Amino acid sequence: MIPAAFDYHAPTSVEEALRLLAESGDDVKVLAGGQSLLPVLKLRLAAPEVVVDLGRIDALRGVREDGEALVIGAMTPHHEVASDPLVQQHALLLREATRTVADPQVRHRGTFGGALAHADPAGDLLAPCLALDAEFVIAGQGGTRTVAAADFFQDYFTTAIDDGEILTEVRVPKHTGWRAHYEKFSRVAQQWSIVAIAVTLRSEGGTISEARVALTNMGTVPIRATAAEQALAGVAATPEAVAQAVAGIAEGTEPPSDLNGDADYRRHLATVLARRAVLAAAG
Amino acid sequence: MTRITMTVDGVSYTDDVENRTLLVQYLREQLGKTGTVVGCDTTNCGACTVHLDGRSVKSCTVLAVQADGHEVRTVEGLATDGELAPIQQAFHDCHALQCGFCTPGMMMQSLDLLAENPDPTDEEIREGLEGNMCRCTGYQNIVKAVRQAAGTGAQS
Ligand SMILES: Cc1cc2nc3c(=O)[nH]c(=O)nc-3n(C[C@H](O)[C@H](O)[C@H](O)COP(=O)(O)OP(=O)(O)OC[C@H]3O[C@@H](n4cnc5c(N)ncnc54)[C@H](O)[C@@H]3O)c2cc1C
Ligand code: FES
Ligand code: FES
Repeated sequence: MIPAAFDYHAPTSVEEALRLLAESGDDVKVLAGGQSLLPVLKLRLAAPEVVVDLGRIDALRGVREDGEALVIGAMTPHHEVASDPLVQQHALLLREATRTVADPQVRHRGTFGGALAHADPAGDLLAPCLALDAEFVIAGQGGTRTVAAADFFQDYFTTAIDDGEILTEVRVPKHTGWRAHYEKFSRVAQQWSIVAIAVTLRSEGGTISEARVALTNMGTVPIRATAAEQALAGVAATPEAVAQAVAGIAEGTEPPSDLNGDADYRRHLATVLARRAVLAAAG
Repeated sequence: MTRITMTVDGVSYTDDVENRTLLVQYLREQLGKTGTVVGCDTTNCGACTVHLDGRSVKSCTVLAVQADGHEVRTVEGLATDGELAPIQQAFHDCHALQCGFCTPGMMMQSLDLLAENPDPTDEEIREGLEGNMCRCTGYQNIVKAVRQAAGTGAQS
């Protein structure tokens, strides 16, 4: 299948991209890696009149340090995030999660910012960003604003990015040396998460001192497991103790029921995967 | 229409294309390079895999205009002077194809995998090929072929 016809612009700066978005009216789409958008256009589930491609804006690509933050450009492809030494050092959880996204070809094209802007509830980068307290930098004609992860993900496929705005970068507070694990459950290769658990933690002598935990695909937006985080602090990393600390992790969640499993099944999965994820992270 | 220039299998081409033209469609319909095939509409099967600036991509999910100014390598660029490349020879030797439809994509992705990891385990080969589907389900021999190719240093 071939997309419906559209006008195409490939700006080389954020300012130019914002101007093009402003001039293009309502029916315009931003194109990043195209790994979600192009399949949608091919199936004609969307048929924008104008496409603004961010692929030639070099300033949006790459990983850098800025004081206490690790800054990841929106157009950094998944495979670069997954192999970046700064990410490994300061936000290992992002590396672990990014490695599970799709397949190698999709990871060569798909971008960090694209996956987050797309905000598929089954997407694997949302929960890790929430667990790490990431901040989202959004540029618009009126200037730039920064949105906390908890406010960025608003609903199913809906974020704080407004029409005419662009996600430029994500600022992740450094979690230097924290251990991490992303436990993803899917039925076959190259698949989206049925449920997944993102964990990053610090431990000393077999005891967990601090943990951050978030859930993928257990609702319309990623969920931070604050109670489990508190219960894990000071706990010995043994199967029994960890199972007890995360036993209530699915309480109050309203996960979807679909062909992959109903809500009860997902709640059960979440508790099992959380135990595995914490134990794997604690190593 | 937009004018684009790209290098495909070592030859530079300049053409006018519609913005919505997919890279695979440009390769097949405008350049006549039908070695790269289309197996799905959903970016799942990997049959259309080519290299864009040296990395594997699904050419059904890249616009031709996005590849403007870049370098593309297809399965048609593998053999030199009628001599099969080591990866092609390995697929031939190991009977790693049945109907052959997935083979161009499998070989292009295998090369990407071997460039990154010249001596992969069977598990790593299977993971590296997770974006490529063989409808004939001949995965066993495909893994064998990649292993053989690795032994002969086939990274290009
Ligand atoms: C076969 C397959 C399997 C996949 N499996 C997984 C998986 O297991 N886990 C997972 O997490 N993802 C998966 N994905 C999706 C993949 O991660 C995509 O890369 C991602 O969803 C979209 O990123 P992109 O850069 O390709 O964005 P695009 O497809 O270009 O854009 C996606 C959407 O975000 C908007 N957008 C993109 N960038 C910006 C920006 N900077 N500012 C504002 N809006 C923007 C676009 O307008 C569009 O609406 C899969 C994709 C495929 C094709
Ligand atoms: S044809 Fe490109 S992935 Fe199936
Ligand atoms: S050989 Fe037939 S699809 Fe793989």
